[in-house]
Amino acid sequence: MSDSHAVAVVGHEEGHSEHPAYQRHHFVSMEQQNETVSFGMWLFLLTEIMFFGGLFTAYLIYRNWYFPAFVAASHTLNLWEGTINTFVLISSSFTMAMGVWCAETKRSKGLIWSLIGTLILGAVFLGIKYDEYHEKYELHHIPGEIFHFNSQGFVHPSAEALKTGEKPLAPDMAAKTEVYFSLYFAMTGMHALHMVIGMVLLSGMLWKASHGGYMNGHIAFVENFGLYWHFVDIVWIFLFPLLYLISRHA
Amino acid sequence: MSTIVSLPDQATARIPKRNYLTNENGLLSWLLTGDHKRIAVLYLISITFFFFIGGALAGMIRLELLTPQSDLMASDTYNKVFTMHGVIMVFLFLVPSVPATLGNFLIPIMIGAKDLAFPKINLLSWYLYLVGGGMTLTAMITGGVDTGWTFTTPMSTHFSNTNVITTGLAIFVAGFSSIFTGLNFIVTIHRMRAPGMTWFKLPLFCWAHYAASILMVLGTPVLAITLVLVVLERTIGIGVFDPTKGGDPILFQHLFWFYSHPAVYIMILPGMGVISEVISTFSRKRVFGYTAVAFSSVAIAVFGFFVWAHHMFIMGVSNYAVLVFSLLTMLVAVPSAIKIFNWAFTLYKGSITFETPMLYAFGFMGLFTIGGLTGVFLGSSGTDIHLTETYFIVAHFHFVMVGGMLMAFLSGVHFWWPKMTGRMYPEKISQLAAVVTFIGFNFTFFPQFLLGMLGMPRRYAAYPHEFQVLNVFSTAGASILGVGYLLPMIYLIWSLKYGEVAGNNPWQATGLEWQIQSPPLTENFTTIPIVTQDVYDYEWLERQKEHEVTHVG
Amino acid sequence: MGLSPVLWQFLVKWMTNFAIIPPEASRIAPQVDALLVFMTLVSLVGLVLVGLLVTAFSILYRREKHPVAVQIEGSTLLEATWTIIPLGLFLVMFVWGSVLYFRIYTPPPNAMNIYVVGKQWMWKAEHPGGQHEINSLHVPINQPIQITLISQDVFHSFSIPAFRVKREAIPGRYTTVWFEATQVGTYHLFCTQYCGTNHSAMIGEVDVLTPEDYKKWLADSTSGVSLAQNGERLFASLSCNACHNGQPDSRGPSLANVYGSKLTLSTGQPVLVDEAYLRQAILNPSAHITQGYAPIMPTYQGQVSEEGLISLVEYIKNLSTNYRVQQTLNTTALLPEQPDKVPAKGASAQGVAKP
Repeated sequence: MSDSHAVAVVGHEEGHSEHPAYQRHHFVSMEQQNETVSFGMWLFLLTEIMFFGGLFTAYLIYRNWYFPAFVAASHTLNLWEGTINTFVLISSSFTMAMGVWCAETKRSKGLIWSLIGTLILGAVFLGIKYDEYHEKYELHHIPGEIFHFNSQGFVHPSAEALKTGEKPLAPDMAAKTEVYFSLYFAMTGMHALHMVIGMVLLSGMLWKASHGGYMNGHIAFVENFGLYWHFVDIVWIFLFPLLYLISRHA
Repeated sequence: MSTIVSLPDQATARIPKRNYLTNENGLLSWLLTGDHKRIAVLYLISITFFFFIGGALAGMIRLELLTPQSDLMASDTYNKVFTMHGVIMVFLFLVPSVPATLGNFLIPIMIGAKDLAFPKINLLSWYLYLVGGGMTLTAMITGGVDTGWTFTTPMSTHFSNTNVITTGLAIFVAGFSSIFTGLNFIVTIHRMRAPGMTWFKLPLFCWAHYAASILMVLGTPVLAITLVLVVLERTIGIGVFDPTKGGDPILFQHLFWFYSHPAVYIMILPGMGVISEVISTFSRKRVFGYTAVAFSSVAIAVFGFFVWAHHMFIMGVSNYAVLVFSLLTMLVAVPSAIKIFNWAFTLYKGSITFETPMLYAFGFMGLFTIGGLTGVFLGSSGTDIHLTETYFIVAHFHFVMVGGMLMAFLSGVHFWWPKMTGRMYPEKISQLAAVVTFIGFNFTFFPQFLLGMLGMPRRYAAYPHEFQVLNVFSTAGASILGVGYLLPMIYLIWSLKYGEVAGNNPWQATGLEWQIQSPPLTENFTTIPIVTQDVYDYEWLERQKEHEVTHVG
Repeated sequence: MGLSPVLWQFLVKWMTNFAIIPPEASRIAPQVDALLVFMTLVSLVGLVLVGLLVTAFSILYRREKHPVAVQIEGSTLLEATWTIIPLGLFLVMFVWGSVLYFRIYTPPPNAMNIYVVGKQWMWKAEHPGGQHEINSLHVPINQPIQITLISQDVFHSFSIPAFRVKREAIPGRYTTVWFEATQVGTYHLFCTQYCGTNHSAMIGEVDVLTPEDYKKWLADSTSGVSLAQNGERLFASLSCNACHNGQPDSRGPSLANVYGSKLTLSTGQPVLVDEAYLRQAILNPSAHITQGYAPIMPTYQGQVSEEGLISLVEYIKNLSTNYRVQQTLNTTALLPEQPDKVPAKGASAQGVAKP
């Protein structure tokens, strides 16, 4: 009835001192630790997919119901800013991938510059997003009573709407643009929140990298942060066509 | 009544000096611990706290229902009381109950690991739980919330002027605690198994937790985003669920039940894992049809995701949806039936003893069978129309949750108490408590089936006179049940100091956790074991007994 | 005996009124109960089986009797048995239950329609003849009654246990349920979906009356203006007739005979015009543009109450010849003989006072 009958002894008694510095005590090997951490990260991303999945479901259902409103509301988004943002975000994914590669190949300067690049591109993305939000704020397109949501701009007959060659909407359908904007802000807002969290982590990583971190082969954090960043990027890759593009020619 | 407890000779018995409880001292060493066993203890204390708050609220509900009028409290108060009872019991007790305490304590040891994969995330999840619990209490003290634990829109978004936002965010935070626990378990079971610990050597406890973790990881985020939308709708008035703005309140129901139906499997699966271990140990036999029981857990997890709309049969979902969801509900009932019969046949040709955990397990089997079968009444769409939203449904889910899960929880706590504390609980009084709980439970909830058949709606502060007799029975039973729950609380605390020293393996069980000292070392194993024996291999255990007994630490 | 007098009193009271099912007062109730009895029997057999197995094994194989356990892997045959038999039974319940479900929620074509609006915390019933009731519902015996439900605020649920029917009243959409009462009497009408502070006070009574009594009741409680007449007035006061006037050059489609017909929308989609469609077309007209018309109709969201909408819908339904004919056929026996003979309200109350 002791602790080791079940068991033959593995090799010799391992003391903690024999572990590599970055190996947590409860792992047998560095390899196990890295596999575990990356598996955990993938699983976390799966929960994130479910998180956004609820919003995507709601979006697709309402788009089906209030198609004209969704088309009209989608047309008020700034396609250019959206497109630029998509490129900015893809570029930031590229710089992040570069960062991971630099960390793997122990290029300290490369890592630092890649992280700075990623951080700047992330900030640019949020800046452009802010500009888009601000425009919506001024147009009273932010849903809810406290922002004085106003669907007048979508109502037929509206000179402004006709000028841009868009199909005018009946008042009741125009009111449904609020549902579109509710989901637009919920989805892009959640995405932006993920960006902000990412940039906080990124800053921490940058600070550590500029103090000589990640040059000893222990780069699990960089790699997994990379996964996270790419995930946030991919969410945008779905948001952009759904919110900006698919209604353009409808 | 014979027992298999083989306590070490009292003269030589001692609690090992070095163990996870004594390894470090001071409050901070607990609050900053990464040790899964200490976190399990922290969880055990906190969920017990919330259980008794929820229980007190339940007592208030039963007292109010003693008479047909709403005389003990105004209906507004009653609504807040049952809402808080539901919120606390579901999100702060049932969901974390077995996984966060027993699962946390045992899964790493059972698979031969030194800790969960992510100790810091494990600790974080306890803090998130505390924050969620604290926010819930804040909401309760500062005026309560009266939407029911289901937060039905537009009631919760536009018609309630209570603390919906605080409570919603509390559940959001507590939800992440649950996600992290589930994530930790899945990763641990995948990546941290000791050499030789193959999937089919895993104790069924681990299989059940694995299945429940899948549900936690995939279901909870959907609840999280739904609550975010509810909170946004309340604060700034977006229109996703608001019918006057073109939103659809039924969509809320879909999203909510997409989590909340799997959530009942999150609650019950770990309990099923406990029952497998207990029944096997006290009948000295391998679980009958191990593979079937293991896969039935996974089947419940998979099917559990596709039955949510059976909560909405009367809500005007399309007839085809009703057909599909009713059929799938029938299918998800089958794995539970398989488990019950496999457990019953585990007893066949065993060598059975009747210690407290086994008594609770028997209680579980009886009550869960009733709870499961009455679930079929509700899964069949034609009878669901009459029975849903009445006391029948209240009785049904209390049979599953309280009769099932709470029995399993108590069974597990008694079973692993010697391992967690190094001391035995007092056997006679705990057997009494198990019997009292069983009797009190049936007295409380069986009359509610009859009330439901008669059509008494749930969530009523006042009710027509003809329902009173059955309600009096129910309330009387609840007071017995209350005693049944207080007893373990008292004698388990007593046993911490005065209980007999348990030794490593008082039950002569085969799990890896019983092969190490009690209480375990902080690192569980001094050397990582290589598993050669099969799971539930009692013959292997007999052979091992011949070896010398030594303590570590 | 040790029983307290209070408890004893309760026991006597309960035993004398012992019932585990409510009265079977509708056509569907015995059918639901048959399935409930079947399920209860199956459950009892299952429970007894599990109980017997556990008890028998516990006695036979307790430690004293059977000191050494025999290790058994499992048995595919046995496991298949207890997989397939429960599955089979559950499937029987599924099919049987689904058949019932469709019966309960598919009203027969000759059902008489009553509108019920749920609000915090009352049920408002609107009879086609213009009778309004709150927290009570008078229906004739042996006549299929269709209830068209809607809520004007939160979810409610319309439940009559004695009829074994229940349906959610949902804000923003019509749901329907039907029943045919078979026993004269008074039954509970509950709100079973939690709806706020006075949820438990949102209860009413269903009075099932003989045809004669029902006629009396109709005559007695008429408001003088039927739903359709009220709808006609609303139709005019909201200026609906400015466009929907049936003229060949009118801006809106004619509404005569539109109820029950198949329309083609401007999107090319065919729709069946029912109550739900009519309601939606008033509130969200642009999503329901009839082919050939421009989306110019304003929305009436927020301008008409649910009761007003019901009147409008009822009016439009009455513009349909088929519906009028059918309604007359169904209710001739029930309606007061000559509507114009019905005296004014005060007078009728006097007239009915002595039966």
